[in-house]
Amino acid sequence: MPTAYTPGLTIAADTVVRKERLLPLRGEVLVTEGERVEAETPIARAMRPGNLSSVKVSERLGVDPTDLPSVMLKPVGDAVEAGEVIAETRAFFGLFHNVCESPVKGVIEHISPLSGYVGIREEPMPLETVAHISGRVIGVQEERGAIVESRAALIQGIFGVGGERRGILRIAARGPEASLEVALAPEAQGAVLVGGATADAESLAAAARAGATGVVIGGIDDVALRAFVGYDIGVAVTGQERVPFTLIITEGFGSVAMAQRTFELLASHVGSNASIDGSTQIRAGVIRPEIIVTIHEDSVHGVARPQDAGQSGQLSVGAQVRLIREPYFGRLAVVTGLPAEPQRIETEALVRVAEVDLGDGRKVLVPRANVEMVHG
Amino acid sequence: MGNPVNAILATDCGSTTTKAILIRRQGDEFRLIARGEAPTTVEAPFDDVTVGVLNAASELEELTGGSFITDGRLNIGHGGGADIYVSTSSAGGGLQMLVTGVVKTMTAESAQRAALGAGAIVIDVLAVDDGREDHEKIERIRSLRPDMILMSGGTEGGTISHLLDTAEILRAAAPKPRLGRGFQLPVIYAGNTEARDPVAQILDDTVKLTFVPNLRPALERENLDPSRTAIHDLFLDHVMAQAPGYDKLLQWTNAPVMATPAAVGEMVKVAAAMENLNVLAVDIGGATTDVFSVFDGEFTRTVSANLGMSYSISNVLAEAGLAGIARWIPFAADEADLRNRLRNKMIRPTTVPQTVDDLLIEQAVAREALRLAFAQHRQLAVGLRGVQRRRTVGEAFSQESGGESLINMMTLGLIIGSGGVLSHAPRREQAALMMIDAFQPEGVTELAVDSIFMMPQLGVLAQVQPEAAHQVFRRDCLIPLGAVIAPVGKTKPGAEAVSVTGAHGEVKVPFGELKVLPLGVGREDQVTIRPARGLDVGGGGGKPVTATVRGGVVGIIIDARGRPLDLPTSERAETMRRWLRDAGGDPEVPRTATEGA
Repeated sequence: MPTAYTPGLTIAADTVVRKERLLPLRGEVLVTEGERVEAETPIARAMRPGNLSSVKVSERLGVDPTDLPSVMLKPVGDAVEAGEVIAETRAFFGLFHNVCESPVKGVIEHISPLSGYVGIREEPMPLETVAHISGRVIGVQEERGAIVESRAALIQGIFGVGGERRGILRIAARGPEASLEVALAPEAQGAVLVGGATADAESLAAAARAGATGVVIGGIDDVALRAFVGYDIGVAVTGQERVPFTLIITEGFGSVAMAQRTFELLASHVGSNASIDGSTQIRAGVIRPEIIVTIHEDSVHGVARPQDAGQSGQLSVGAQVRLIREPYFGRLAVVTGLPAEPQRIETEALVRVAEVDLGDGRKVLVPRANVEMVHG
Repeated sequence: MGNPVNAILATDCGSTTTKAILIRRQGDEFRLIARGEAPTTVEAPFDDVTVGVLNAASELEELTGGSFITDGRLNIGHGGGADIYVSTSSAGGGLQMLVTGVVKTMTAESAQRAALGAGAIVIDVLAVDDGREDHEKIERIRSLRPDMILMSGGTEGGTISHLLDTAEILRAAAPKPRLGRGFQLPVIYAGNTEARDPVAQILDDTVKLTFVPNLRPALERENLDPSRTAIHDLFLDHVMAQAPGYDKLLQWTNAPVMATPAAVGEMVKVAAAMENLNVLAVDIGGATTDVFSVFDGEFTRTVSANLGMSYSISNVLAEAGLAGIARWIPFAADEADLRNRLRNKMIRPTTVPQTVDDLLIEQAVAREALRLAFAQHRQLAVGLRGVQRRRTVGEAFSQESGGESLINMMTLGLIIGSGGVLSHAPRREQAALMMIDAFQPEGVTELAVDSIFMMPQLGVLAQVQPEAAHQVFRRDCLIPLGAVIAPVGKTKPGAEAVSVTGAHGEVKVPFGELKVLPLGVGREDQVTIRPARGLDVGGGGGKPVTATVRGGVVGIIIDARGRPLDLPTSERAETMRRWLRDAGGDPEVPRTATEGA
C-alpha cells in the first residue's frame, strides 16, 4: 500500500551531512581526499568555454555567402579584439569601402560560405565551486569536484528563495511565535537572522538594509513574498532569484509559529557559521531549502545520517505530526488512531484518515494526506 | 498470431505515480478487473523505472490473486497472470521539445502541432520573426536543455537562407540533452528539402540529425505524420533509452512504449470515431493540463505545461490573477488568506481539501486552469494560416491571416474530463459544473469523466488490441454525466430563456438560471428545445431544435445563463452559490441526484 502521508522535513541536531560539490563541466579539483576544508575553500575550478558569437558577415557586407572567404581578413584560428575589423569589401579602386567588425574578443572558429556566418569563440571564463560547508573531503571525483562530509545540525525548510549563502546565526525575534525584528540582532551585517513566526515586507527590507545574508522564519504572507521578490512566483522552482538575501520559511505561508524544536535548535547555535540555501523544487525529485550548522567534531562515527532518521518514521499511533491543511493548518498533534476503512469527511470525499489529538482536549479526524511526520 | 489474449497488464509510468491496470476477458468482452499504483522510481535512490512497475504490479497481485512477477521481472505469457503487457510513460517530466520554424504563424506553428500531436511538451517555439535577437535565442536554447528539437521552415522550393540562419543559431548554442551525458541531441529536420545538405554541413558535428519529409510542403498543406513518427521513434531510441531502467522496460512490453499524452490522444480519436461526435477532452494534472480535440476528424492536442492543480497552482494564480480565481468562489474570500492557501497547496502538493471552503477554492482554481488551457488550445486548433481562400463575393482572393478556428462549440458533441479534481470531485455535479463554466459548451453537449484516468493505458493498448481497448473504454473508463443544453446569446434576467419538452413534460428555465432534470445512465430522451427570441441552441436565433439526449449520473443540465457566460458583479457570491446548489453540487445541501462520490 503506498503511503498517503507526506514524509516530514528533517530537523536534526547532530547528523552527518554530505555535499557533492561538482563543477557543471570538467576542470581541475583543488582538494585531496581527507583534507579539511572551510566553507569558503575552493573545491574545483574550470574554464568555461566562451560562447560562440555568430556574425552574418555576408549580409553585413552585402556579398554572396560563397564570396565570404575572399572578403575575410582573418582566417580560422586567429585571435580578434572586440571592434577589430575581420572582413572588408572594396569597390571602385577602394573608393567605396565597407567593413565588418568583431562584436567580441575571441578566436575565429568557423567561416561558412554556405550561410555567410562567421563564428567567433569568446574567451573562456573561470568557474569555481566552493565547499559551502566546513568539513572533510571524503571523496574526489576526478576533474569534477569532491564530496565534503561534516558533522552538523541540519534543518530543512519548506520553501525558500535565493541560493547558497553563508553567515553567522543571530536571533532576531522574541520567540518562535513573534515576528522578525532586525534590531534585536546584535550584528545583522553578514548574518543569517532567525525570525519567529513571520516577517512583513518592511522588516524584510530592514534586514536587507542591515546587510543580512539570510532570514529564516516560520511563515510569510504571500503578499510580503511578492514584495520581496518583486513578482509573483509561478512555478515552484526557486533558487535563482535576485534577492538581497536568502529567505527560508520552515512551516508554510501565513503567520505560522516556527516549530519550537526548530527555533531552539537554531538558538543553540547562535554565533556559529551557518550555510544556507533557499533552492526549492517541488516536483518529482523534490528539493527543499536547508540550513546547515557545522559542529566541529572530527569524528562522524556512529552519527545517524538524515535519511536513516527519515526511514524510521512510520505513521503510527503515538507519532507526532504536523497538520498541513485547513482547518488545522500548522498545528502539532499526536496520532491516536488509524482507522483502516476510508471515512467520509466534510467535503463528502471518501478518504483514509488519521485520528489525532490536538492537545487542547479535542480529538479530530484528518485525511492522512494532510499530516506530516515530525521527526529528525 | 500467437495464443489468444485473455488477460492484459497495462501501466502508465507518470512523473510521480506508476498506475497499473489489469484487464481480463469475461464472457465475450474485456473488462477492467483491478487497478494498483506505486510511486514512480526513475530517481535516486532507485534510478530504475521498473521498480515502480513491479511495485504497482505486486499491488495487483494482492488485489486479484494473479501472478505477474517471477524472479524480479514481469512474467507475461508463459502461464503468468497476463498474456500481454503494454505501457506508457511521462516519467522524468515527459518529452520536452524545442521547435523551430521560419514564420511564427506558419511553419513554426505547424511544427508545434506536430510535436504536440506526438505527445511532447513544447518548451519554446523559435521563429525567424519571433522578435528575438539571435543572441537571445542562443541563450534561450542553452538554458532549456530539451530532449529533442524539431526544425522546420520553408515550403518546397522556398527559403533556404532562413534555415541556414537557424542552423547557425543551433550550432552556436550547441544544445545539450537533458538526459544522458555524452550523447548528441536528436534534431529532426522537417523543412525545405533543398536545404538539407547545407544544414547537415553546418550541424553534423553538433547534433544527431534525422531527415523527414517537409512538414509544410506548401502553404495550403501540412504533412505532420512523418515528423510525428520520427519523434516517436527517437523518443524510444534516444530519450527513453537514456532514462533509468527503460532498457529493461522496453524489453518487457509487447508493443512500443508510448508517451502518455500520445496514448491519450489515440483514445480521444477512438472516442470521436466510436461515438461519431466532435470531442473535446482535458486532463488536468498537478503540473500540466492537456487539451485534446477532434473536430470533423481533425485532431489537435495542446499542453499547458505550467497550468495545474498543485505543483503549478501558483502559476494559475500568476496567469489568471487573484480576481480571476476569486470570481468563481461562492463566498467572499479574503485576498491575503486566499493567496496563502494557494501557496500552501503548492508547497505541499499532495494534501487534499478537508473543508468545504477549501474544496470550493480548489474547484475555482480548476475552472481558471481549464479556461486558460482551453484558450491556449483554441489558438493552436486552427486551419492553416497564410492560405489563400476563394471568397464568394466577386470571386476575390484574400490572404487569410488569422487561420480559421477548428473549434466550434455549437457542433461539439462530447466533453471528457479527467485528472484528480474532475475524476475525484466528491459530487459528479461539481465536475460537470467546472467543465461547463470553463469551456462554456453551446447547444447540446454530452459530458463524461474518466473514472480512474486509464485513457493512457487504453490508448497504448488500442495499438495492439483495439477491441479490448474499445470495450473497456466504453464499459469501465467513461462515466457519463449527462447532457448540457445551453442557449447562446442573452436576454433579460428572469425572462424565459428556453423551454425543454420531453419525457418530463415541458420545463421552462428563465435567463440567468440553471436547472437539472434527472435522466439516468443508459437512458435516452428525445427533447424539443425552444430558445427565446434571439437565443440559439443550434437551429438559429429563436428556432426550436429536436435532439436525442443521453442521460448520466447528473442528468440533463439546462444552462440558461447565456453565452458568453457573464458572471454577476452584484450579489456575485450569492448567485454563484445558487448555481452550485441548483446544479446539485453544493456540499452543504443534501444530495438530490442519484449518484454519489
